[in-house]
Amino acid sequence: MSGLAAAPVLSVSGLRKRYGDTPAVDGVSFAVGRREIVGLLGPNGAGKTTTINMILGVLEPSAGSIRVAGLDVATRRSKALERTSFAAVYAPLPGNLSLERNLRIFGLLYGVPDVRARVDDAIRRLDLDALRGRKCGVLSSGEQTRASLAKALVSDPDLLLLDEPTASLDPATARDIRVKIREFAAERGCGVLWTSHNMFEVQEICDRVLFLSHGRILLEGDPRALPAQHGKASLEELFIAVAREPLSLEQGAAP
Amino acid sequence: MKPSRVYAIVLRQFWLIRGSFARVFPLFAWAAIDIILWGFISRYLGVFTAAGIDFVPIFLGAVLFWDFFIRVMQGVTMAFFEDVWSRNFLNLFATPLSVSEYVTGLVLSSVGTSAIGLAVMILLATAAFGLPFAAYGLMAVPFLLILFVFGVSLGIFACAMVLRLGPAAEWFVWPIPALISPFAGVFYPIATLPAWMQGVAYALPPAYVFEGLRAVVAGGTVPAGALARGGILAAAGLLLACGFFARTYRHTVRTGLLARYTAESVS
Repeated sequence: MSGLAAAPVLSVSGLRKRYGDTPAVDGVSFAVGRREIVGLLGPNGAGKTTTINMILGVLEPSAGSIRVAGLDVATRRSKALERTSFAAVYAPLPGNLSLERNLRIFGLLYGVPDVRARVDDAIRRLDLDALRGRKCGVLSSGEQTRASLAKALVSDPDLLLLDEPTASLDPATARDIRVKIREFAAERGCGVLWTSHNMFEVQEICDRVLFLSHGRILLEGDPRALPAQHGKASLEELFIAVAREPLSLEQGAAP
Repeated sequence: MKPSRVYAIVLRQFWLIRGSFARVFPLFAWAAIDIILWGFISRYLGVFTAAGIDFVPIFLGAVLFWDFFIRVMQGVTMAFFEDVWSRNFLNLFATPLSVSEYVTGLVLSSVGTSAIGLAVMILLATAAFGLPFAAYGLMAVPFLLILFVFGVSLGIFACAMVLRLGPAAEWFVWPIPALISPFAGVFYPIATLPAWMQGVAYALPPAYVFEGLRAVVAGGTVPAGALARGGILAAAGLLLACGFFARTYRHTVRTGLLARYTAESVS
């Protein structure tokens, strides 16, 4: 399924980031449509988090442009970020405030109109009712991940950036979260950019995947069809090939 | 600038402080200890001097104003450190929050915390040592205002320094008031200092405040020009500090330091 027929909610064009002579992201272009979940895959150091950081406006690109709902992140940062939210295991909510208070703070920062109602909705959606008064620092890692996801949903974003959102969750909770995110995206017309190293998860949740290696997109397509197109038995095998032999995939296309 | 975002920064500080004895206590404890210490020193000095000289408004008053300046500066930096300690920068700056909204939130938090410190100091100095705070008259307002603006400036400058150098640079921040105090003339006239130190002193707004304070206590008047110079210097310092913070923030975004703040450098 692709929402790209309409205007994409995220449009990335010619994105580059160099640290000295080292390219971290090297001319990446892609789009994410409304109600579309796009997987950003690749080995460690491929440039996934760097790309997400640039979309979030916390890292300045060396070149290229990023538009969220048509708004240029470089020139209309605040407006673009009102439409964007993210969750990542490396960015937990501050541990010294309760979950509910943290969510209210972030609701205010995102300019959410009815903060209390939106906080209640996010808490309910992620089954966090019993934890709403608990300080985030005392939550288990799985609960912290769900708390972070609640923060991402509280602003009712057009674009959701999820950097390994199920990394610390047990399989049952991870499945629940995938269902909830899928429901949220469909219900609110939100586009999702999802990174994961769990290829089973990617096949289950993503409408489309982008394989990133050495800062460049090597492959793009339907995660269920892509392995066969490249002579691999599974998405995991394809992932390993991207990680170990990126040149063969870049040059050779399908065997 | 959106008030709701500034409010979010202030509200977070309020919730953090309200729920924590470790945060409430320092708002007034160290200032109160200074008042008690200098209250007794002032009384003791009075024993050795001719009748009619009251050291309480001279020394204790000076300590009160100086501690207010320190509370203001630390009010800004402590609010900032809360985000350093809880590794909150990525979450915060991935929201629509702008640098000016964030800094305004820090400053407003400091207004609240420094006002508590000031109230406790005035209460204690008046009740325990008979400090005639009203004797400063209306001049207390510009004195406090200049010190407030300068305290905010130094607080913002210190935050920018920690943002640029990483969490460990916190230790550069605490001694800043002590480094300035010899030049500020808190306890002695600026004329006491050697020429080069006088040059530095007159480049700092507190020097004008404490010279003025002594003039008021001595029954004289404060030259309006000197007070205006202090005010202009404080305002200039604020503009420079805000510019430095904005520039530092842009640097951290350009180099990737903001996204990897705990690494302290990107090299």
